[in-house]
This record gives sequence, C-alpha cells and structure tokens, in this order.
Amino acid sequence: MSGDSAIRYQSSVHELQKRLMTAYYADLTAIAGGAPGRTAQLLIAGNPVEILRAFDMIPVFPEVNALQLAARKGSLAPIQKAEELGYSTDNCAYVKADIGLWAAGGVAPFGTIPRPDVLVCNYVGCNVYLNWFEHLAELLGAPAMNVDIPFLRTAGGIPTDEDVRYVVAQLQELIALLERITGTPLDERKLVAIVERSARVGELWARIKELTKRRPAPYDAYFDSVTMMAPLYCLRGTPECVEFFERAYEEMAARAEAGAGPLPQERFRVVIEGPPPWPFLRVFRDMFSRWGAVAVASTYSTVGGLWEFGFRHDPAHPLESVARHMLEANLCNRSLLQRYEQIERYAREWQADALVIHSVKSCRLFSAGQGDMREHFVRDIGLPTLLIESDLEDPRYFSQAQLRNRIDAFFEALEQRRLTAASSKDAPTAVRS
Amino acid sequence: MIDISAYREVIEDRSYPTVREWRAASGGKVIGCFPVYAPVEIPYALGMLPVGLFGGGNRIEIANADSRFQSFICSIVKSTLELAFVGKLDVFDGLLFHSICDPARNLASVMERNFPERPAVYVHLPQNLASPHAAPYLASELRRVAEALSPIAGRRLRDDDLARAAAAYECVRGLLRELYALRSARPEAISTGELYTVARLATLTDPLDAARVLARVLEGAWAREAKPKDRIRVVLVGSFCEQPPLELLESLEAAGCYVVNDDLLQGWRWARTAVALDADPYMSLARAYVDASVHLSTKHDLRTPRAAALLESVREHRADAVIFLGAKFCEPGLFDYVLYRRALDAAGMPHLFLEFEEKMWLYDRLQGEVETFVESMLFAEAAS
Repeated sequence: MSGDSAIRYQSSVHELQKRLMTAYYADLTAIAGGAPGRTAQLLIAGNPVEILRAFDMIPVFPEVNALQLAARKGSLAPIQKAEELGYSTDNCAYVKADIGLWAAGGVAPFGTIPRPDVLVCNYVGCNVYLNWFEHLAELLGAPAMNVDIPFLRTAGGIPTDEDVRYVVAQLQELIALLERITGTPLDERKLVAIVERSARVGELWARIKELTKRRPAPYDAYFDSVTMMAPLYCLRGTPECVEFFERAYEEMAARAEAGAGPLPQERFRVVIEGPPPWPFLRVFRDMFSRWGAVAVASTYSTVGGLWEFGFRHDPAHPLESVARHMLEANLCNRSLLQRYEQIERYAREWQADALVIHSVKSCRLFSAGQGDMREHFVRDIGLPTLLIESDLEDPRYFSQAQLRNRIDAFFEALEQRRLTAASSKDAPTAVRS
Repeated sequence: MIDISAYREVIEDRSYPTVREWRAASGGKVIGCFPVYAPVEIPYALGMLPVGLFGGGNRIEIANADSRFQSFICSIVKSTLELAFVGKLDVFDGLLFHSICDPARNLASVMERNFPERPAVYVHLPQNLASPHAAPYLASELRRVAEALSPIAGRRLRDDDLARAAAAYECVRGLLRELYALRSARPEAISTGELYTVARLATLTDPLDAARVLARVLEGAWAREAKPKDRIRVVLVGSFCEQPPLELLESLEAAGCYVVNDDLLQGWRWARTAVALDADPYMSLARAYVDASVHLSTKHDLRTPRAAALLESVREHRADAVIFLGAKFCEPGLFDYVLYRRALDAAGMPHLFLEFEEKMWLYDRLQGEVETFVESMLFAEAAS
C-alpha cells in the first residue's frame, strides 16, 4: 500500500474533453441568452441522440448537468431546494439536483441551461426517468414525448421482432414531432451521416475498452472512462466526437504500447459496478490508488451504450439500429442477471482480481438487489467482492472514514490471499468461470 | 350483511389457505401476481389461478432478504423475497412481474436466480400512451405472456377461453365499482376496512367465488341501516402497491375520516368502465388499459396530468381533504406526492402526508396525526 497519493490523473484526453465540454456548455449558455439554436432534453440510457442531431438540436442530459453540479461541490443546495418543494430524501438526487437547478433559472457554475424546445423521455429501463420528465413537462411546459422502450425480458435476452417494430414506429413519431417543432423535414442523408459517425465512435470506444485487457491497463476503466463518456453522449454524431475518440484511442494505444498505466504500479485489477460518487470522485479514486487498484472494466461506462461486445450503429438501417441500441445495447435496459453475465465476462476476459460494487441510494435501477449480486459472485463465481454504499449526487451519504476502512480491509485481505497463494504456489489471480 | 370479519384472517394468512383449497379442488396451477397491474385474465384463461402477491405484511420477519436488498428498498420487495426464502411461495407455480419500478424489476431477476424452479415472467407495460402503437403493442405483449405461461399451464391459450376469463374478471371489477360507488354515496354503509377486506379476498380466490361474495356484501351493505357520523370525507392516495395494514386503515376511519375513494389494490380495479370485448380479446384488454384505465401511479400518461385526475376524484367524490398514505421508500409514490401537493395547494384543498410500512403494527402516532388534521378541519368549518 502506498501512502495517500498525489497522483496526477490528467492526460491530454482529459484536457481535450474539458475544452469540448466547455464549448458545449458555452453553446447552451448562448442559446439560453437568446442566440439561435434549439435544444432537446433527453436521458443518457440508450439515447436516440442521432435523430435529434439530424434536426440540429443540441441534446441536453439532465444527468450530466446534475453530475457536473456534484463534481463541482454544488449539488447540495439544489437538492435541498427540491426537498423544500416536497421531494423526499428517498427520491433520486439527480432529479432533485435538476429540479433545484431549474428553480435557480437553469443557472449553474458551468453554464446556463436553456429551456428546452422538446422533452424526449427515452424510457430505457429506468422508471425514475418517467417521473422525472413528467415533472419537467409540468415545470417547463415544453412539448413532451415518452419513447417507450420494452425491457429485455425474454429468454435469451434479445428484443422480440415486435419490440423492434414498436420502437421504430415511435422513432418515426418522434421524427414527426421534431419536424413540427423545427418546421423542417428530416434530411435522411444527414441522419445516415450522423449514424455513420456514431458507428465510428462505437468502434473506437470498443477498441479503447479492449486496451484495458493489457497489463498494466493503460487507463482506469472506471475513473478515466467517465471522462470519455461526456463526449460520447453530449457530442455523439458530430465530427468533433469522432475526432475526440480518434485522439483518445491514439493516446491510450500509445500508453499501452509503452507499458504505461494510470498508476505507478498496477497491483490489483478490479471490475467496478455502479455509478461513481460524483461529489467525492477524487477522494474515492485515491482510496483505490493507494492500493495500486485499477479498474479494468466498469458497468457504469455502459449505461448509455454497450459497444464492447459488438454492437455498432448501422448507417444502412439508421432507425432500426438506433432502436436496437435503445433496446439491447446499453446496460439500463438489460436485466440484473444480464448484468451478472456482463460482469462475469469482464472478470474472465479482462482478468480481474476482484469486483467492487458501489451501491448508490439514488439509483435503484443499479442498486436494488446488489446484495444478491455479491452473493452470486462470492459463492457461485468465487470472485472476491466488496459492496460499499454512498450516493452518486448527494454528499450527505458519503462517509469517507467508513468507506476507506472497508476498502482498506478488502485489499488487505486480497493481499493476504495473494501472499498465501504465492507461498503455496497457486495461481493467484485466476477467476473461476 | 355477511360477516366480513371471517375473511380478515384469510387475507393476512401467508399460507394462502384459499389458494391451497382451490388447488386441491381443481388440481390447477397458481400464478403469483406482483402489484400493481397484472393481466390476470391470461393465467385464468389457461386454467390457472392468478393470485395477488402483496408481500409479507406485518407477520413475517425479514431474515434473508435484507442481505439481497438494501435498507433503502421498500418493504414489499424484501418481504416478497423473504416469503420465497421461507417456503411460503411453494404454492405458486410461476410469478408475474411488471415494469412498475426499478426495485420490482430487479426483484424479478433475483427471484429467477434464487428460485429457478418457479418461472418469473416479466411483462412490459407501455408508457407512450399517446401513441397509436401503444394498444397494438400491448396486445402483442399479452400474447407473448400467454405463450410464456403456456408451458406452466401445460396447454395453449384459446381466444374463447380468454374472452370467458375477461368476462369473469369484468364481473368482479364491476361489483367492486359498485361497492366503491356505494361507499362514496353512503360511507356509513360499508367501512373501508370491510371494503378492503373483500377486495383483497378477491385477489386470493377464483373470480367466480369472489363475485358471489362481493354480490352478497353489496346486497348487505345496501340494506344496512347506519347513521352517518360526523367525519370528514377523504380521498386516500399513495397505497397502490405495498399495502397498509388493515388496522391502519381502520385507525384512519376511527380518527374521524370517511374514505370515499382510494387507490388500494388499484391494479385489480384498473378499468374505469366495463371492458367491451370484441373479436380480439387481447386487443380489447389492451385498448381498455391504454384508453380507459384508472390513473395508476406506475402508468405515465402525458395526455392527462395525474394531479388533474386526483382533483377530479376529489370533486367527483365530494371530498373534504386528501390523505397521502405512501409506502416508505416507494419512489413512484414519493414523486407523485410533489405533483399532488402543488395541485392541492393551488386548489385550496387540505391534505396530509403520512408514511407507512406494511410491517408496522403500532398505529397510535399516525392515528394521532389524522385526529389532529380532522379536528383542525372540523374546527375551521365550525369557525367559518
């Protein structure tokens, strides 16, 4: 174990992401101030951003706004404002931060969020999404549409033909709505070009994820992936997004070739499940870094899209591929048991030593039943598993000392296990499959 | 009036005596239906008995499920899982879960992993109700559910069986609508405790038997001569999934309320009006759900704001106040409360927020709160 680190986690990818996101929020602020441009509010899970981009609508994700507030230590005040308005301590804090943000006129430290021209509730797994946008529709009075995505619920975990037809039909309804709002018909060639860019980005993102199979992993697939996720959602479909992922792949591939990792020494390879505690991201990361623990895969990085197992958008079938992305190629619309399979595959193919489950109170889609997940991985798979709790947005649920104790105890035990295995000449890191 | 008190023990008994009797008599299979709304007509048409699965109530100690679901998850999810762990669900051959909330969805997976011998069929309920594609999609989903349940039943579903099942449940819902209307018109004729008991019984019995009981209760209630008491008329909302203990409902009434409408067991009373069956019973049920069902907390219909529906219920039932009785940690209910509160404040309608857990067994504090609320209203009325 190293002492508390002063590790600099930033790379040129982080710097480029900051520049892109600053420009993104500058555009939104300009529109809020009266500059021309249209925005649509939608949600991260399996989003149909390609269709909005085809109408030159800038996608705005309330989850991204909420996490930006939290990462800048600014989430508590809007959360408390929402609680004054009647929201419960047991409601999702992302929603509360967003409601509090609107109560402040959409003005945040990182920019001003314009009132949307349309609310598109892509109901992809998360039931809170439906409540959230029902509230926003009342609060903001913008035209609203629920895009209803049937949950993956059949044996084999694939959508039915009827599911695909139903979603495509709704996407056509969405297009009709956007045509009414913008007064312009869909430019199909433009949509195809955007979907082509999404396909390219999906390919690059999948290749970037493949790189963490190397030892050492060239970046942390949890803490550094979140950096790459913002452009993936806010800018997907644009040339800037393609360029970002090309640069990101080049940088990560070069690091892999050079044998460089995010830490001076990679001692433990972990899979991390669950969203990060945004208000304490750096503190939380340090708790793992001091043990030389690097995430080689994470489920959180697949909430908006699961590309590493082969899915790509298809310019030849743009609407159907957007529908399939929403239906099957993202974590949120897949069952808890499919998530177990995803983690098992990570543990096996990315050769992880352990699973860390970060259970957050706000997001029950993620957290409900994670005790069963621990049970499965410990008893059935034989993978050392740590379950810790805090929140993704509400700083009141982050107990630093308690978390650190739990994490320290877990890695101490892992280290002991490794030493014992080495002394008995057993393979120390094998995962039973 | 028949003696409803005899049914109290039946609805609380998690050995499911009526279900075991039905099974012994018919030799049929049993499907547990998690709230809120289940297409019960389908298992019934397949010769199986659909049964309301409303958690463990306050008679089960959670010893195993706490290790699977965290402290911030509602009680019904954990107590339902606990029932399975302690063998109380052995009488069920399969389970139906629906896309009502995130914990309930994940419970379906946890059940499937831990009890693979009891298939858990998951139903997707459409949420784009403004779309012309919603009803045809739901009809196709109901067909898929019928296919998924067929192996448990050991036979395929025929359209005429489904039409007969739909008629049987329509009869039950029709009688419940009449009982609800009677309670609103003459709340002294049937208490909420009584109405709840027989409505809950209907989730545990064959619909033909349930209809006989409900018809007798309706007849008895009409004939009952009771003097109205000086109570306020309230609409009760928030208890659409996890159910409050019967004693808690009775304590609300004892505190000075006539409950004139509620959302208890609402998924079993989902149709606003009689469901008209045409040649395609799947489509008939789907259309009724999409266009003519009550406002369920777990159904998001952008065509009508849910707070407007609550205000309409208040007007229709001439309520003096609204009591929000929400299950602890129930996120859909807690979200609704914000919209309700805003609308009720704007309409000048008094309201009270209460939180319950199915496992609670002391009601003094909540009853005290309601008494104070009622007194303040009666005092304001007297002073005006």
